[in-house]
Amino acid sequence: MSIVTVQLGQCGNQVGQELFEVISNDANDTQRKVYSECSSERFFNETANRELVARSVLIDMEPKVISQSIAKTAKSGKWRYGDRSHFSQKQGSGNNWANGYCVHGPRHEEVVMDIVRREVEHCDCLAGIVAMMSVAGGTGSGVGTYVTQCLRDAYPNSFILNHLTWPYGTGEVIVQNYNSVLTLSHLYQLSDAILVHENDTVHKICAQLMNIKHISFRDVNKVIAHQLGSVLQPALTGDSHGIYNRNPIGELMSSLVCHPEYKLLSVCNIPQVSSSSMAYSMFTWPGLLKHLRQMLIANSKMEEGTCIDWQVRAPSLQPEGIKRTGSHRRPGFNTSLANLLILRGKDVNNAEISGFQHPSLYTPWLPADEAFSMWKTPVPFNKYEKSAILVSNSQTLLRPLDNMVGKAWNMFASRAYIHQYTKFGISEEDFLDSFTSLEQVISSYSQL
Amino acid sequence: MTQSVVVQVGQCGNQVGCRFWDLALREHSHVNKKGIYDEALSSFFRNVDSRRGVGGSCDITGGRIQSLKARAVLVDMEEGVVNEILQGPLRELFDSTQLITDVSGSGNNWAVGHWTYGSAYREQIVDQLRRAAEHCDCLQCFFLIHSMGGGTGSGLGTCVLKLLEEEFPEVCRIVTSVYPSAEDDVVTSPYNSVLAMRELTEHADCVLPVENQSLVDIVNKIKHMSHSGKPGSVIKKDSAIISGQGGVSGAEKPFDAMNNIVANLLLNITSSARFEGSLNMDLNEIAMNLVPFPRLHYLVPSLTPLYTLADVNIPTRRLDQMFTDAFSKDHQLIRADPKHSLYLACALMVRGNVQVSDLRRNIERLKPMLPFVSWNQEGWKTGLCSVPPVGHSHSLLALANNTCVKSTFMELRDRFTKLYRKKAHMHHYLHVDGMEQGCFTEAISSLSSLIEEYSQLDATKDRLMPDAARLNIAT
Repeated sequence: MSIVTVQLGQCGNQVGQELFEVISNDANDTQRKVYSECSSERFFNETANRELVARSVLIDMEPKVISQSIAKTAKSGKWRYGDRSHFSQKQGSGNNWANGYCVHGPRHEEVVMDIVRREVEHCDCLAGIVAMMSVAGGTGSGVGTYVTQCLRDAYPNSFILNHLTWPYGTGEVIVQNYNSVLTLSHLYQLSDAILVHENDTVHKICAQLMNIKHISFRDVNKVIAHQLGSVLQPALTGDSHGIYNRNPIGELMSSLVCHPEYKLLSVCNIPQVSSSSMAYSMFTWPGLLKHLRQMLIANSKMEEGTCIDWQVRAPSLQPEGIKRTGSHRRPGFNTSLANLLILRGKDVNNAEISGFQHPSLYTPWLPADEAFSMWKTPVPFNKYEKSAILVSNSQTLLRPLDNMVGKAWNMFASRAYIHQYTKFGISEEDFLDSFTSLEQVISSYSQL
Repeated sequence: MTQSVVVQVGQCGNQVGCRFWDLALREHSHVNKKGIYDEALSSFFRNVDSRRGVGGSCDITGGRIQSLKARAVLVDMEEGVVNEILQGPLRELFDSTQLITDVSGSGNNWAVGHWTYGSAYREQIVDQLRRAAEHCDCLQCFFLIHSMGGGTGSGLGTCVLKLLEEEFPEVCRIVTSVYPSAEDDVVTSPYNSVLAMRELTEHADCVLPVENQSLVDIVNKIKHMSHSGKPGSVIKKDSAIISGQGGVSGAEKPFDAMNNIVANLLLNITSSARFEGSLNMDLNEIAMNLVPFPRLHYLVPSLTPLYTLADVNIPTRRLDQMFTDAFSKDHQLIRADPKHSLYLACALMVRGNVQVSDLRRNIERLKPMLPFVSWNQEGWKTGLCSVPPVGHSHSLLALANNTCVKSTFMELRDRFTKLYRKKAHMHHYLHVDGMEQGCFTEAISSLSSLIEEYSQLDATKDRLMPDAARLNIAT
């Protein structure tokens, strides 16, 4: 089954390109033919002349990024984008969500959906659509939201996963919080799941784990692509009996998103080291899993010992019969709704994962054995001998989301920049609706 | 790729404009070695096949450059400056139809420029603007360059601004206005400036105010540096922001150094829209991010570096120094003190080999020293363009929406009031058809209410503003 990706805006297109690079390298590296073929089928379309064409639609309101992407991949010769799979305009959305959603989206709806339709038709069987975008700007966020709406209307029975890149907290775009609030509130209704990467977190990974001195956006995008690739590449689910999962996105959804109020997913992938130290690093499953578990409950995205708060402990279980109400809401403890552990690499069958199945990690109203799922494959991913990936539906994103809404609300209180949105058709009422939906999401996650 | 049209009005506007075209050609020829008419060039230039006669144009990108024509409209009510342009080395850039001139000038009288010439040349101006717009695939922005103190730039310039809003409401209007210094030799410059201010507040999307005195200070600083003879203080050739070296024009004329600074400002603002980078910043993003309330659209520009020293320095320290400099008064194009006023928003447009980590590091470093308004504590808009300007390895343009412009406006208001109280020179204005006493009172009241808006925001500066109470959700 195949996945179609829709790359929206500058960020979506830049990250998307790195994603296909990672996937193509990973599939080519391995000697495992079955894995390689499954991965190719999932992400690429093989043409008559044995060329690999990415199953991807590239959309942007200004042409520079897309033309660069296409040129770069054409040069590399390993894979390329489809000749007619892109759409761009001359003038961007000006960092204005309303411009993207109310003007550019509807204006170009037909053309864009045409390209998507063609790409979907090239698939023998559609596993799902992954829309990639940032939330800070105008095109990824505004046009991206509109396109997601169109995708939902056109493919009501397909899975739609939105991959969002959240901007640095200290501003890339001044109105980023407005754009983010508007995007998230709308996507919550339209999307099946929202997988988030935060620039701040990825930046730290680059700086502290990978020791990159002068971090560029390319470095950040490569880490995001590595993490996203590690989730979407083929793996064996519990009951698949040695055949790679045919319905990766569907299974992701059913493992993690059991309630429509809880759709925010985060990813953690360890180890993450610089390429120069990879040769000297030895990782064991117990070591990796212990770190990963602590990262989950202490809500740390970093593997380094100093960044993980080892003081945070899972609460001890109350004896049967006594209701667990607030006992697990300890300070600093990150409660999960559901977790998906993906293990890739050598000796994967020996990995001891019971630490992730303990009920104390999870919210009380879901039985722990339903909350935890695992996929694995003996095929190593992207040159790492062993990788442990955790996709988590938990309180991890609660604080960043709360900060984002708080800052947007403060700005809204003084009505700053609102005239830029109202002139394109987004009213103060619309803002209030968006704020209300997100406060609801924050409240739900707080009470896990 | 979008196009922009430059409208230069009056003596100052045309002289600055002239320097802009010269430096733009220099910049593009530096980057575009193969002589192909590419997207970047097309943002300011048309590619015309002059063999096909008037009107024949092969505006196709990818073809070889035949003959470049500037996307510009030149307006002056006096022939001197425009004629000089037509006889100088840039004459090939302009079609005779792009020029609108008259003979007698506006006599430093805003009313004459705005009402008399405004109505006389209205049709011609609209025609030329339409033509320039039609030559564009996707017109994004009009750049208006003028001075505030005289008659034509100030009066006719603001009339053109109104026309731009009427005829092309969707196209962004970025105005570069040169404000008179206190010791300006035009007696009526306060009147002209205040009358023009009203139009700018009402009709421009963004205004980049530039003060002559600041330009003079910068020029002096550079000349001092290059003549100081200190070891290690040799300025690299053609890297000084005031230098026109390498451009088409020959010897430097008196105001050239100052005008080059303004020309560089315009080049840097449009760099991210023309060239590629890892974080693009289009022109429409400037207004979107920097203008929180429609009338408060005056952005203080600062440019660094002013020059590059010829010998090699430690790269990172130089980079960080560049960021620090951008917030120092020496590099600003108006004489106001932003550090003691309130920042409403700030944009950093970086060019050259600078990565996002350098940007983040410097923002973290500078943030504690700069007071931002309570609802925009992290009000930074950033752009990274990979192509540096000629003669530098990297450069930074900072645009700050800061309440310090209030002091510039207050000075202007004071100078205006001094004259107005005595009704000095007013008869020259009131004689003009279309001009009334009311124009004066409306203009000064518009300026006063603008100052008041800035003051109100300023008042929040030292007060600790509590966070707005969040919505309560029933659980």
